Amino acid sequence: MPPRASGLRDRLSLHAATSKFESAVLEHLDAAHNLTRWLMRNDHDAQDVVQDSCMKALRAFDSFRGGDFRAWFLTIVRNNCFTLLRRNKMSPGDAADQSLDVGAEIAADTEVYDPQAIALRAADVELVRRAIDALPDGLRETLVLREMEGLSYKEIGKIAGVPIGTVMSRLARGRTRLQATLAEMDQPAPRRSAQEGER
Amino acid sequence: MTCDEARQLLHAYIDDELDIATALQMDKHLPGCPRCRRELNAAQAARRAVAQPALYYPAATALRDRMQQAIRSEAEKMQAAPMARIPRPWWKNPMAFSGLAAGLLLVISSALLYLSPAAPSGQVDELVASHVRSLEADHLLDVASTDQHTVKPWFDGKLEFAPPVIDLAPAGFPLIGGRLDYLEQRKVAALIYRRNKHVINLFIWPGDASPQTQVKQGYNLIRFECKGMICWAVSDLNTAELQQFADLFAAQKSPSTRF
Repeated sequence: MPPRASGLRDRLSLHAATSKFESAVLEHLDAAHNLTRWLMRNDHDAQDVVQDSCMKALRAFDSFRGGDFRAWFLTIVRNNCFTLLRRNKMSPGDAADQSLDVGAEIAADTEVYDPQAIALRAADVELVRRAIDALPDGLRETLVLREMEGLSYKEIGKIAGVPIGTVMSRLARGRTRLQATLAEMDQPAPRRSAQEGER
Repeated sequence: MTCDEARQLLHAYIDDELDIATALQMDKHLPGCPRCRRELNAAQAARRAVAQPALYYPAATALRDRMQQAIRSEAEKMQAAPMARIPRPWWKNPMAFSGLAAGLLLVISSALLYLSPAAPSGQVDELVASHVRSLEADHLLDVASTDQHTVKPWFDGKLEFAPPVIDLAPAGFPLIGGRLDYLEQRKVAALIYRRNKHVINLFIWPGDASPQTQVKQGYNLIRFECKGMICWAVSDLNTAELQQFADLFAAQKSPSTRF
């Protein structure tokens, strides 16, 4: 239960509010970091954004009117990420770009991919990581919130600020793209190391 | 259920986001359709690929500790200067209030400026996309009722405005239900009507606008004003009949042929 804003003026309740806030943030810090890390795609930015988001959330805590703290917190985190992504212009596939969704039909792609090939390649974590990293921001965000955090369409829509139908079509397209990438890799997963110079 | 329909709903089915009736139709369709089953399995495989714990980035202990300290020291600063860091609630602060009012006024007037001449194409795109989605899954109808006295109160507390709702069944446009929708990051009311086999989505939010007619991706869109609200009717229905619907709704009068 968040404190009413009027109670915050009181030192004691400010203290109580802070410790409530602290434990709520720490409880959802993994989710915040995971989302941020996937959106920013590097450790350094992710840490900065998480820290910045926590401070913003603390200052805005008296506007939190109860309900779902995780969704409220992740909304701040997510908006922070997108602000930075836009500013850095490091993402050509900007998810805030509504053209990403407009008129997009689910499963316009008629190809049906081989489930076994996908399952086989999924064992290569680095391969999957690169495939997810290659997705446009909006699709990546939706996949992370759905598959890793297990949020409902409604919760995701609330956090990303889009209608449920958009969540549905983004998930469909994100998953389909992953299927395509994983199923159509030429070489089997274990033999991949030569192409990528990493250990 | 046809294959095409099943494929549209596949992901919502996997995620358990379909209403029971539609999920049951999927249950019935899948065993007899190897293609859809294969696609379902492929989607499940992609889902499992992303969900594997090795891909999760938990917050490192160092970050966790740093956050805890940062929160505490920031809270102390806020405590030391409570007036500076934690403003009094805005309704108790005359300065904030006037600022807020001025800000609101600016937002409202610029929104009016933005909206009134012609709808921006982004908005029209969103309207069409929203209409198309509403056809894809029946669960996007939040309240199913042909009774305007059920639909209207349903919006109470979900919106900051009360949309006009009227059943036009006597004129051949029965009310099917309502839905909460989002357009340009704001909540709007969507009323769903039917004309024979055609679905009409009527999007409503406060504001004023001149009448306008558009065609986009084969859908007809008509904008009109009703009781201080902007209304957009979107449908694959022909323009003449959609205009008739818009006129009836704008008048807020059901023809008296009600039995």
